[in-house]
Amino acid sequence: MAIVINKEACKGCTKCVKVCPFDAITMVEKKAVIGAGCTSCGSCLDVCPFGAISKIEDRVGGVDISLYHDVWVFAEQREGKLMNVAIELLGEGRKLASQIGCRLCAIVCGSGISDLPAELIAYGADVVYVADAPELANYTTDAYTKTIYEAIDQYKPEICLLGATHIGRDLGPCLAVRCNTGLTADCTSLEIDPHTKGILQTRPAFGGNLMATIGCPNHRPQMSTVRPGVMEKALRDESRTGEVIALKPSFAEGDIRQKVLEIVKNVTETVSLNDADVIVAGGAGLGAAEGFELLKKLASRLGGTIAASRAAVDSGWIDHAYQVGQTGTTVKPKLYIACGISGAIQHLAGMQRSGLIVAINKNEDAPIFEVADYGIVGDLYQVIPAMLEALG
Amino acid sequence: MKIIVCAKQVPDTNEVKIDPVKGTLIRDGVPSILNPDDANALEAALQIKDANPDTKVSIISMGPPQAHYMLRECLAMGADEAFLINGRVFSGADTCATSTTIAGGIQAIGDYDIIFAGRQAIDGDTAQVGPQIAQRLGLPVVTYVQGIREIKDGSIVVERQMEDGYEVIEVQTPCVLTCVKELNEPRYMSIKGILEAYDTPIKEFLTPEEIGLVADQCGLKASPTQVLRSFAPAPKGKGRMLEGTVVEMAKELVSSLQEKHIV
Repeated sequence: MAIVINKEACKGCTKCVKVCPFDAITMVEKKAVIGAGCTSCGSCLDVCPFGAISKIEDRVGGVDISLYHDVWVFAEQREGKLMNVAIELLGEGRKLASQIGCRLCAIVCGSGISDLPAELIAYGADVVYVADAPELANYTTDAYTKTIYEAIDQYKPEICLLGATHIGRDLGPCLAVRCNTGLTADCTSLEIDPHTKGILQTRPAFGGNLMATIGCPNHRPQMSTVRPGVMEKALRDESRTGEVIALKPSFAEGDIRQKVLEIVKNVTETVSLNDADVIVAGGAGLGAAEGFELLKKLASRLGGTIAASRAAVDSGWIDHAYQVGQTGTTVKPKLYIACGISGAIQHLAGMQRSGLIVAINKNEDAPIFEVADYGIVGDLYQVIPAMLEALG
Repeated sequence: MKIIVCAKQVPDTNEVKIDPVKGTLIRDGVPSILNPDDANALEAALQIKDANPDTKVSIISMGPPQAHYMLRECLAMGADEAFLINGRVFSGADTCATSTTIAGGIQAIGDYDIIFAGRQAIDGDTAQVGPQIAQRLGLPVVTYVQGIREIKDGSIVVERQMEDGYEVIEVQTPCVLTCVKELNEPRYMSIKGILEAYDTPIKEFLTPEEIGLVADQCGLKASPTQVLRSFAPAPKGKGRMLEGTVVEMAKELVSSLQEKHIV
């Protein structure tokens, strides 16, 4: 698609200039001109009072999409254990597959993973493609890309979902280029267009300031990555049955150009923000690393965990693993208590889907109050002890 | 050694605000900056150059003519030359098409041992273009590089950041490495660098043919994904501001949470 301006109809009102999120429209001799920054997002179409702006189809390439069937989920495992995001993708994939009327399939790579197919079937996969080979024991870009690309090429899924983990965000782009198709990163919502049966992928852009719905009409598979913790997990049902298809990956000399020499785990306690029902998060307003001790008291009283905004992480008060937001973890606990967090849009992007949000901040104009169900203007060092007191 | 660094000029998304009434972006006064992860990529290249003075560091970017400012900043930090792929034909590209274009530009520059890129740009946050360039060029890639341990003959040993630690990976060269902020602390521009940067011409690729492509491989036309709609995120309704003394507010909050069976 491309955006075009009908010069005759344009009256130079500049409404489109103001609404363009990409600053791509300028006025030349009182007529709107589309510049190099245009992404064809279409924001300008609706605001033009003169109907002078239209979208035209000018794409090239694509494939015969009728050859592609089924929804695939990349079932990421580490050390033989499925990642939670794989189960979340199966939950979401099931919805998409029933809207399309196709099968839900999982593809899993690893070494000695014979127990995983049954687990994936229990979580809803109709078909599991398994690549079990010593070369696939640890993730390497080359080995996984080759294996999965060959499976996609042979079995032709119409949709491929991957978790936006450090592995999924490495593998996804490589597969997309191999398949010469589009990949939409970090989707927060997936739907099926009832008419075209194509996928509608919604994701935040501009650090969460704007949402964009993205489609991939002429190329297959349609690929998306989804952040961990965003979608609902599939329910486990041991009585389900499914088909297991063994892939036969083979690797020649030079096929795998990365070699994992060592895997180092952080010695600090593992942080599982995704699974927490209650999160007590601290930001710049804590003023010092010691502030997290107070938050820990409240978190443990409520059976939850602590987290942090980027400001607190950047100040060196707490490890990055605790960071909630655009460049951290996306969470949706039942209760999120934001303490001394001003509420930058990047932070809000990571927590505003929480069940109930409480904000405690000295500054009554802090944007965090805009998303809070309960707001307390005050010093967290007074409010939290008072809450602990009230909790008894 | 020859190093190419991929860089992007981006709006500083930390400075972007939403108009609370209209729900649109307020762009006035939002500065354009060198994408933060790309600054780490450039720093990694410059540190190799510090250790091996015969290293040549080239910067490549795709973007509008305003990107010259960002490229001059890179030169002032210590890069040797800068290239800009600039033209309407390249615009509207998604990550798939962008990677084709940048890979074309890299091949037009020629020889390289290592290609550095930032992990992701703060305006799109996709983290796709780096690994996709590698695929286009047929090179191995390591993403999320947080440390460089050893540069050997024909390979490089790096640390790849994971959610719960890191992996030590040896990768064959030439290769593409995408960098995270933990890798290093980008240097400031030097006075000498700033002065020299203004005398260094920025080379421009203005047509697909100059980078070995045709128009149908570039920009919007060659982009499999399409933005169907964009909109401001629906604001979550503002809740209730509690009032009274600290103790009163805390009590009211706790009893509200208890009523809702949340605690």
